Amino acid sequence: MQDLKLAIKDGDKAVIAACCAERRNILPLPAKIQKSCCSTEKMDLFPWAMGTETTTVGTAVKVSSEWSRADYWGMIKSRVGAFRMNYSVMPGLYAVGNPTQDMDVFVTANYKLSFDTLRQALKGLNAWILILDTQSINVWCAAGKGTFSTDELVKRISEARLDAVVTHRRIILPQLGGVGVNASAVQKKTGFRVFFGPVDAQDILACVRAGYKKTKEMSTIKFSMRDRLVLTPMEINPALKKFLWLAAGILLCFGLQPSGILFQQAWFNGLPFVLLGLIAVFAGALVTPGLLPYIPFRSFALKGWIVGILVIILTVQIFGIGDKHHPIAMAVTYVFSPALSSYLALQFTGATTFAGMSGVKKELKIGIPIYIGIAGVSLVLVTVFKLKEWGIV
Amino acid sequence: MKYLSNVSTLQYSQDKCAGCGRCVEVCPHGVFAMANKRAVLTDRDLCMECGACMMNCDFNAISVNPGVGCAAAIIKGMLTGSEPTCGCSDTSAGR
Repeated sequence: MQDLKLAIKDGDKAVIAACCAERRNILPLPAKIQKSCCSTEKMDLFPWAMGTETTTVGTAVKVSSEWSRADYWGMIKSRVGAFRMNYSVMPGLYAVGNPTQDMDVFVTANYKLSFDTLRQALKGLNAWILILDTQSINVWCAAGKGTFSTDELVKRISEARLDAVVTHRRIILPQLGGVGVNASAVQKKTGFRVFFGPVDAQDILACVRAGYKKTKEMSTIKFSMRDRLVLTPMEINPALKKFLWLAAGILLCFGLQPSGILFQQAWFNGLPFVLLGLIAVFAGALVTPGLLPYIPFRSFALKGWIVGILVIILTVQIFGIGDKHHPIAMAVTYVFSPALSSYLALQFTGATTFAGMSGVKKELKIGIPIYIGIAGVSLVLVTVFKLKEWGIV
Repeated sequence: MKYLSNVSTLQYSQDKCAGCGRCVEVCPHGVFAMANKRAVLTDRDLCMECGACMMNCDFNAISVNPGVGCAAAIIKGMLTGSEPTCGCSDTSAGR
């Protein structure tokens, strides 16, 4: 921190610009805005910046390998909501440790979490970090979208004047960046030879120490239970927002009488079914992703359906949630809830590291007509349920 | 973890392979391996169609229809009649 404050006292524009860019994601910033948004106190928010490193052609912001509380908090926020959309750092050249002209250059995306993961993994090394402008999207997604690309890398290499900053001609990319970067095109245009490093930044030190050799482990993407569970808040949150409509529908259905809406009936009769619906959401968006490899079948839709039906049976039989006086409503629960879990489980394909587009298309082709059919049957059953209750049939 | 069998659009013509090894270097699922200075397919069903191998093959030996295996994006693509693109607003591996 002391280094940082000293740097600011000296009027170090590079640090200030980097910090401002992180806040506003705008570059370059007019001097006025810089002053207003980046007062010295506010710089405490960017403890990763430690001053500057002078290169042969200018300055690079020097970064810490340590995570501060703000970095951890940022990670948590970016895991649960829209905060991630603007969680970025300024593209350009950065320094870790005290790199010389012989040191390695590691490339990453300007999504703050990607950058944080890399600088933490480089602890103990003296190295350069070149950040591409991926519009605050992580490496793999950005490579798929075409922002972590050959052209962007070539542009950043030339803007940073990397050929003057370092004397060697090798540049290390995250392996997953290979989706968007053609290594030989980069070499032709810049002279830098691309080495695709390990999939996980955590393996960088081991890879470098092994003489830039990747083991099969290092080149293979893993998807541990922890990896899967950290992704579930982004499945659960949107699902819960939509679930509110379903819950309102269930309550309305129970409360609706020829004489109007009876709130007491809506509440006492409807609530158990709202709870069952909620359980179906968690079965599909949390339990299925968490237990993914242990659930039979490869299809996500089937996995979700199995978990959904098991959880509903367990809840009804063991905990007695649900109402035996409403056999038709129970039938709707058994038909509709597992389908809901199945649909939500299918949504998780997008977050996985192994589900390809052709497979998901195949699942949807079979699944969507079935989901629509189940929704139709459920509606018919609900109508019959109400007509019976009103004594019409 | 493996996904559905026999769905990947990955095609590989070994006769065009020059043995540079880039596909082995970039594939995150070990679909390619080197044998006798040529790349060989290990298990096509491991392929998730990310497209990194095709992107880095300078000899047009590999073709795959790259795309995101994301149900929400594909449904959106079906509805709007466009190619599925991941918004990455609601899902991302964060790597």
